[in-house]
Amino acid sequence: MISVKQLTKRYARTTAVDQISFEVVKGQIVGFLGPNGAGKTTTMRMLTCFLPPSSGTANVAGFDVLEQPLEVKKRIGYLPETPPIYPEMATYEYLRFVGKLKGLRGPELEKRIDYVCGRCAIADVKAKLLGKLSKGYRQRVGLAQAIIHNPDVLILDEPTAGLDPKQINETRDLIKDLAGEHTIILSTHILPEVEQTCEQVVIINKGKLVATDSVRNLQARARGAESVRVEVAGRNGSIETSLVQHKLEQVTGVSRVLYKEQLDGRAVFEVESGKGRLLRGDLARAVVESGWDLNELRPSAMSLEEVFLQLTGTEQVSETEKPEEVQA
Amino acid sequence: MRNVWIICRKELGSYFASPVAYILLIMFGVIFGFFFWNALGAFVFESIQSQMSGRSFPMNLNEWIIRPLLSNVSVIGLFFIPMITMRLFAEEKRTGTIELLATSPVRDIEIILGKWLASVLLYACLLLFTAINFAFLFKYGHPDWKPLLVGYLGLLLQAGALLAIGTFISTLTKNQIIAGAVTFGVCLLLWVLEWVSGYETANWARVLAYMSVIKHFESFAKGVLDSKDAIFYITVIFLGLFFTARSMESLRWRS
Repeated sequence: MISVKQLTKRYARTTAVDQISFEVVKGQIVGFLGPNGAGKTTTMRMLTCFLPPSSGTANVAGFDVLEQPLEVKKRIGYLPETPPIYPEMATYEYLRFVGKLKGLRGPELEKRIDYVCGRCAIADVKAKLLGKLSKGYRQRVGLAQAIIHNPDVLILDEPTAGLDPKQINETRDLIKDLAGEHTIILSTHILPEVEQTCEQVVIINKGKLVATDSVRNLQARARGAESVRVEVAGRNGSIETSLVQHKLEQVTGVSRVLYKEQLDGRAVFEVESGKGRLLRGDLARAVVESGWDLNELRPSAMSLEEVFLQLTGTEQVSETEKPEEVQA
Repeated sequence: MRNVWIICRKELGSYFASPVAYILLIMFGVIFGFFFWNALGAFVFESIQSQMSGRSFPMNLNEWIIRPLLSNVSVIGLFFIPMITMRLFAEEKRTGTIELLATSPVRDIEIILGKWLASVLLYACLLLFTAINFAFLFKYGHPDWKPLLVGYLGLLLQAGALLAIGTFISTLTKNQIIAGAVTFGVCLLLWVLEWVSGYETANWARVLAYMSVIKHFESFAKGVLDSKDAIFYITVIFLGLFFTARSMESLRWRS
């Protein structure tokens, strides 16, 4: 459904997207994963014909984005990072406008408006001005506008950014729900989001493709090592951190112990284990048998940075972000 | 063509959903009303004077009221046009809705034409106010309606040209104030360009004076439909919209 080959976008001084290639099969949900400034938005803008690529090609629903942009645009629904709404319009009026813009008319248009209002749960705000809606509703109206012409491909740029947890869940469910009818690409920098909603993942960093894989494979890779947060307290209010660290390192299977911080008599460590070993029990025993109190023991979630670390094999992921893509 | 109308309808909706259109209409109505009242007062005063002096000469409504007022409107328009066009693209760029338009199956030129047409229609609404005033002349006098019609055509053509320039300037920034201020500056400059012809007769001065938007309205105000002047305005409209299209295209390559 989507085929991207050597796609590149160069700006005057930077290369925002550097020779990215990937394929998306019909009906799949693909997560586009990367830290801020990785080039996710730029790639999506090229797929939606908003930006022309500097080199390389992208084929969406059988049409080239440079050769036949109008045909591509007819077959995609796009939700940019901030929903493209006109605050002075009412929801119904807005959907009517977008629907007409996408080529719908007459009874067909009314039917689709009713359909998307039901689908995105915005029927109750049909007559309200968009400017007065909450962030969650605006996001849903944004989704409704993207699917109003029943496009083959849905491109969603950070659809859950800025929503509260309940809204995030609702939005994710809605997206999963839509997957059967549309091929979906969604971008995010939240790893669990990909795990929950997507089947396939494309990871990019600094404009380059890092990995493209199924979620299951990615999870296997990421979960190869376990990382546990251990908080230890001394009995008499003081604690010898180096001693604790030494003790933890002696537990079989531990590959690395990182000292994090010390707070009045409690010390926090990050313990990493080798592949496929679960050693929380061993760690607890080691701490307690040495006469300390175990305050906390919890597996720390593998952060996106760590996945990158593993996938790219680099020592550190640079914190300095590229300047965010200029808003057009 | 259908898409042009969809965009145009949406723009008109935005004008009238916000206070913008109403404030412009009221301001224009008050200002023009004052001009009209003044012109009428002067006309009545003059006609009484000419009768009292004994050597009364025929006074013509077209010549005494309609022609100077139409010229006034063409100048007042300069001040209103930046307020009409400044938001057209700047606002869409600021809020990001330009992404919706640019990723919809619509050609750039259809977006541009729709927006420009909406601005012309709003200006035509302003002109309706002048028509209400002129209607009184027809009730109590017998002015010739043909020159008035030509005058309106001229006003629309002139406004169309300036609105096209304003539309172009609005694509250059995402700040409405900047778009408005620059458009105002350009409009003002295009008005005063003809002043150089007052003291300079060299070729460059004639070229500058020719570019003056107001100068080309003189024939229309007299009720003369001069194809030379009409073509000037149509050329400026075409150029303005052409540059708008180029600007939108470069937006994509640069951003």
